[in-house]
Amino acid sequence: MKKLFARALILALLASPPLSAETLFVTLEKDNALAVVAAPEGKLVKTVKIGKRPRGIVLSKDQKQLYVAASDDNTIQLIDTASLKVVGTLPSGEDPETFAMDPEGKFLYVSNEDDNQVTVIDIAAKRAVKAIPVGVEPEGIAVSPDGNWVVSTSETTNMAHWIDRKSLQIVDNTLVDPRPRAARFTDDGMQLWVSSEIAGTLTVIDVAAKQPVKKLAFKIPGVTQEKIQPVGIRIDPDRRYAYVALGPSNRVAVIDAQKLEVVTYLLVGQRVWNLEFSPDRKRLYTTNGVSNDISIIDLDQHKVLKSVAVGQYPWGVAVKP
Amino acid sequence: MRFMHYLRALRGVMTRELFRFVHQRERFISALVRPLMWLFIFAAGFRSTLGVAIIPPYETYILYEVYITPGLLGMVQLFNGMQSSLSMVYDREMGSMKILLVSPLPRGYLLTSKLLAGVLVSVLQAYVFLGIAYAYGIEAPPMGYLDVLPALVLSGLMLGALGLLLSSFIKQLENFAGVMNFVIFPMFFLSTALYPLWKIQESSELLYTLAQYNPFTHAVELIRFALYGQFNRDACIATATALLVFLILAIIGYNPSRGMMQRKGGPSQ
Repeated sequence: MKKLFARALILALLASPPLSAETLFVTLEKDNALAVVAAPEGKLVKTVKIGKRPRGIVLSKDQKQLYVAASDDNTIQLIDTASLKVVGTLPSGEDPETFAMDPEGKFLYVSNEDDNQVTVIDIAAKRAVKAIPVGVEPEGIAVSPDGNWVVSTSETTNMAHWIDRKSLQIVDNTLVDPRPRAARFTDDGMQLWVSSEIAGTLTVIDVAAKQPVKKLAFKIPGVTQEKIQPVGIRIDPDRRYAYVALGPSNRVAVIDAQKLEVVTYLLVGQRVWNLEFSPDRKRLYTTNGVSNDISIIDLDQHKVLKSVAVGQYPWGVAVKP
Repeated sequence: MRFMHYLRALRGVMTRELFRFVHQRERFISALVRPLMWLFIFAAGFRSTLGVAIIPPYETYILYEVYITPGLLGMVQLFNGMQSSLSMVYDREMGSMKILLVSPLPRGYLLTSKLLAGVLVSVLQAYVFLGIAYAYGIEAPPMGYLDVLPALVLSGLMLGALGLLLSSFIKQLENFAGVMNFVIFPMFFLSTALYPLWKIQESSELLYTLAQYNPFTHAVELIRFALYGQFNRDACIATATALLVFLILAIIGYNPSRGMMQRKGGPSQ
């Protein structure tokens, strides 16, 4: 008893309850809702109804609004991060799923999977300024940190299309493995990483040459190869480690971003889809679509701390400090 | 002086058990190989089958090998308890039991000393197993390795007491195979060592009920929670109750005027 008491005292002193460092906003594809989670403790604060089939989610530059792709409403909704109310919409074109924001926070680039185009939205004017024809079934999209490039990956054409941001024209294409899903630039802008869902690989492309420098395959003991479907990518700002969500294999791959080798696989919830860093880059949050929860990963130890239920089909996550 | 006498007896019994343990290297290795086979071979095949639900004390998805580690700690102790019972039967056959039992100290005390000696050995084995599991990548929170000690002692005592009780029933060494069949296997398989209770319930309500009342289930859950820094009160009460019942029955069983040895006319008579 005495020992227990002493233990409790030590625990109370050492681990004073962690104060919420950040707020997570998770889109719930099936609930047509947005879950608000206090992190790192992982407490579901509230769930609010928003548009139909919400998927892609991005925090505005001033962090006052969220842009959420309401796929079945064919629009991008503007949601106030304080009141959690829908305060406006952006004309995204048909069935928006993934989109990217430019470094200045002025434009959104939306993949329109059914129309084989990328819609460019002027956020302030709430207007679509251009539709750029790309390959068949565009999915992944990313804007380079220097703002020179928009890259769109098309799932059926199996290409990364390089769109010049000034002319809004495709100027180059890089062939990648089947069904490219997500694209992500390194913070230094030197590399573009593309995950291929069907091939189960990750292609690292040199931005200057627009040529692949390395193709990474994943192998998890005890998991069949077809379950390994890479989707979401996050890369450390100093390019030490990178993390790739591997879909129905329920794992996140930890990659040495210098050597471009897999370091380890972390077990998270079912069908892990998208990832986001905490602002201090000490944690990684994952959305697990089938098990209806998010997992919280400690990046110092590369350990999954906990998984928390948030609602049905969590798809995307945005983190607000 | 009397207190010193008690201490000397306890030390004597413990030293003998430790000597036995240290000198029988095969026994030590075999005690480790058994759970390690389960961990490296059996669990490897089921690696990804369990990660479908989160059950306390775990806070996230775990691999099957993480799940069965506390169960295998229980297995180490279960086998150790049975091994002690085996050695009691051996002692009885060889006559060295007589030397112990002619001591003027109370029988209950002598049996408890024997029990403590067995627990000491089983806790040592459990920690060696935890060390190997750690090297294999099954890591519990650092404090868990300290918290699990009282749980291991209690579960070790309970399973050791069960061994003592059984040894009072077994007439000859040859009957030990029966213990394997009718005690070790049912206790191990009908517990939460290999599958969580909800999984057992999915397949059979009867097995679920049996597993719920199996003292080994509670010993395993006590260890499991302690390893993750949590105290499972119900499991603790159940394990402690089982310990008392087994120990009292064992002491009665070893009483020559009332016990089983008398009735069955054991070989020491």
